[in-house]
Amino acid sequence: MHMADALISPAVGGVMWAATVGLIGYSAKKIKEEADNHKVPLMGVLGAFIFAAQMINFSIPATGSSGHLGGGMILAILLGPYAAFLVMASVLIVQALFFADGGLLALGCNIFNLGFFPCFVVYPLIYRKILGNYPTQGKIMLASLIAAIISLQLGAFSVVLETVFSGISALPFPTFVILMQPIHLAIGVVEGLVTAAVVTFVWKVRPEILNAAKNSLPIGKLNIKKVLLVLVFVAAVTGGALSWFASSNPDGLEWAMFKTSGKEELESQEGLHASLAGIQEKTAFLPDYGFKKGEPTAEAESKWPAVDSGTSVSGLVGGLLTLIVAVLIGLGLRQRKNAA
Amino acid sequence: MNNIGKNSFDIGYMDTLASGDSALHRLDPRAKLIATFIFIVTVVSFDRYALAVLTPFFIFPIVLISLSGLPAGYLLKKVLIVSPFAILVGIFNPLMDRGILFHIGSLGISGGWVSFFSIILRFILTVTAALILISLTGFNAVCAGLIKLGVPKPFVIQLLFFYRYIFVLSDEAERMVRAGSFRAFHSGAIGFRTFIALLGNLLLRTLDRAERIYHAMCCRGFDGNIRIIRSMKITYQEIIFVFGWGALFIFLRYFNIPLKLGVFVTGFFK
Amino acid sequence: MSHHIVEASDLHYTYPDGTVGLRGITFRISHGESVALVGENGAGKSTLLLHLNGYLSPRQGTVRIGDYPLTKKNLDVVRRSVGMVFQNPDDQLFMPTVFDDVAFGPLNLGLAKDEVERVVSRSLETVGVAHLAKRPPYKLSQGEKRSVSIATVLAMSPDILVMDEPTSSLDPRSRRRLIELLKTFRHTKIIATHDLDMALDLCERTIILHQGRITADGRTEEILYNEELLRASSLEKPLSIQLKT
Repeated sequence: MHMADALISPAVGGVMWAATVGLIGYSAKKIKEEADNHKVPLMGVLGAFIFAAQMINFSIPATGSSGHLGGGMILAILLGPYAAFLVMASVLIVQALFFADGGLLALGCNIFNLGFFPCFVVYPLIYRKILGNYPTQGKIMLASLIAAIISLQLGAFSVVLETVFSGISALPFPTFVILMQPIHLAIGVVEGLVTAAVVTFVWKVRPEILNAAKNSLPIGKLNIKKVLLVLVFVAAVTGGALSWFASSNPDGLEWAMFKTSGKEELESQEGLHASLAGIQEKTAFLPDYGFKKGEPTAEAESKWPAVDSGTSVSGLVGGLLTLIVAVLIGLGLRQRKNAA
Repeated sequence: MNNIGKNSFDIGYMDTLASGDSALHRLDPRAKLIATFIFIVTVVSFDRYALAVLTPFFIFPIVLISLSGLPAGYLLKKVLIVSPFAILVGIFNPLMDRGILFHIGSLGISGGWVSFFSIILRFILTVTAALILISLTGFNAVCAGLIKLGVPKPFVIQLLFFYRYIFVLSDEAERMVRAGSFRAFHSGAIGFRTFIALLGNLLLRTLDRAERIYHAMCCRGFDGNIRIIRSMKITYQEIIFVFGWGALFIFLRYFNIPLKLGVFVTGFFK
Repeated sequence: MSHHIVEASDLHYTYPDGTVGLRGITFRISHGESVALVGENGAGKSTLLLHLNGYLSPRQGTVRIGDYPLTKKNLDVVRRSVGMVFQNPDDQLFMPTVFDDVAFGPLNLGLAKDEVERVVSRSLETVGVAHLAKRPPYKLSQGEKRSVSIATVLAMSPDILVMDEPTSSLDPRSRRRLIELLKTFRHTKIIATHDLDMALDLCERTIILHQGRITADGRTEEILYNEELLRASSLEKPLSIQLKT
């Protein structure tokens, strides 16, 4: 499942984008070092392949439903982790731009969730380990299944964390987990079966393809550790910086405001205060309301002073009026453009 | 059943929209990228109960659509198509969050409903912004802008190749699926075994194609480095665009115009 | 002048799966000749063409392009003289726009930006597709793609043009336009084709390939009127001749 802009906070979006950008840069560097000119057209064309394949619905045996391919694992098997990650990122970018799948800010999350786990974690640490040096059909099936299931579980869990940390959705953490993980277990099984079947197909007909990809991969826990270190560092720096900036003042500000001014001043400063408080909530690592049910009344009133009885009807009225004005402006501009 | 052809047609259509001729179309892609980015970040930076304060942000998509001649109905339809997801997740908010936030007359409005509609508004705003960006700029120009903004060139080149071959591969896939479904005895999604055979064959053909493309590249002197000529300029128009919109977004972020307007208007009825 | 000569000496080639592709091919094509390479499917036409710019290496025998024997070392030089137009234009047009595709070769040759632009305009105009410069390749018709792929090759200023089935899947008008265009080219032309009528129209010399061997090599008019010879190589007379007799 994809993360969406409608559910994300700038802090979460920013951190995940930072991680994704880092990974893209790192992968691009590794590809350049490999200096395999063959890969240039291959990556593009395989991306188009996955893109087209994702649109084919197939019926899942023994159920009645239909499914479709994710593709991260197949890409990793064919291209190695770095190239596969870049290709996965490309597919998601096109989907975000043209089909509004997720959104542009959440794109960082989606590339990470659907790219990092299959390519950099599951493929080297699980798939390759199970497959060993002498693949058999049974090992391919086992490796693909376990790899797909785990990478989808990790991806789904990331979506849960990202949503909860953003604090826009009121879904509590436990409920969300219970909803997401089992569904993605089923999806993972299907993905694993498809991956296993396609890999077996290729392996039987043209085994040299798989060998080529295998040899280009520098396995070794060392590389994964480097990647993880980079990520942790980036996440810590970004997250830390944001929460430092947000948390250091607002509490003090709130206290200061209460002590030194009356309610009227509080309202007139509501804009800045609300936004700072807002930022603080979103970057605090465990925002309270994410984990509790239905108790926002008191919280909401203290954190967004504008929302209390008399003024928010006005807010709605004002909002409606604003929308009408905006649409009228648009129509007017369109008229002028057509007349010109 | 399968909407492969429809999807690639859609992409092609949006690319055609991007070749329109308005001042907005002619803006450097970097300006549009940055302005859209500021817009989205500002919109999602509100806290969960922000509702009315989001409404002025509609001025951005509305103005862009009106001035550029983009088809509003088409874009709105695309937003609707993806909306079920946002509604599905958002609907939990009213279920979970029942504390009453304010009253309209005697009707109590819960925080959950406020945040639900906030999610809907965010959704519409961010999705529309992304669609407008690509419809005004086109994928190739976006990629050119990305290179100039510092995204690693190998990655963007690969993006361009990927985009180039989407249509070719979608065509191939669609032809194969159609052939497969003609020989099936039921309509609807194709069977698993057929799917695997189809996928496997498509994959092998794709790999062969990659070889041929590589050969074609070598025939024309490919040495690993792909060179593209693009002339891109930042003029005062781009600067005004970015700073103008950016300033407006930040202003709207911190000053609740709808509230002020509403207070003013309801003041007459008191 | 000698760099327009294409010479094959006793070429033998075996595919990776063991099938024999070429069984001793020898010929000499001089500057400015137009040669049609005809034969049934599987006769070895494409395989032979792929030897001419070094994509495939023969098991035995040699290829000479002008002053250079074809070896790994002078592949780059040879590829500048031999321009290859593929059977499937989608394999040859891989850049975002037509302009980018035609500019790809010259840019790789190290030409400066304004030179590249000049070369690209000239190539596009020669082929008659200057108006398509900004178009992405997926928006082109089959005929337009063919024309553009020829332009991409022309931009490298090759001496020798090698083409694989240039008229396949073209509608009659595009086909006619292509043939007229090719008639204006002074390059040495080697064209593998099923379109025997085009061969008659365009090429003064024809080589027939049958099961990896050359079964005929001579003037087009003599060969394509020779029914026995054609039938022995699993071919038949061009339609234009059939209708006459």
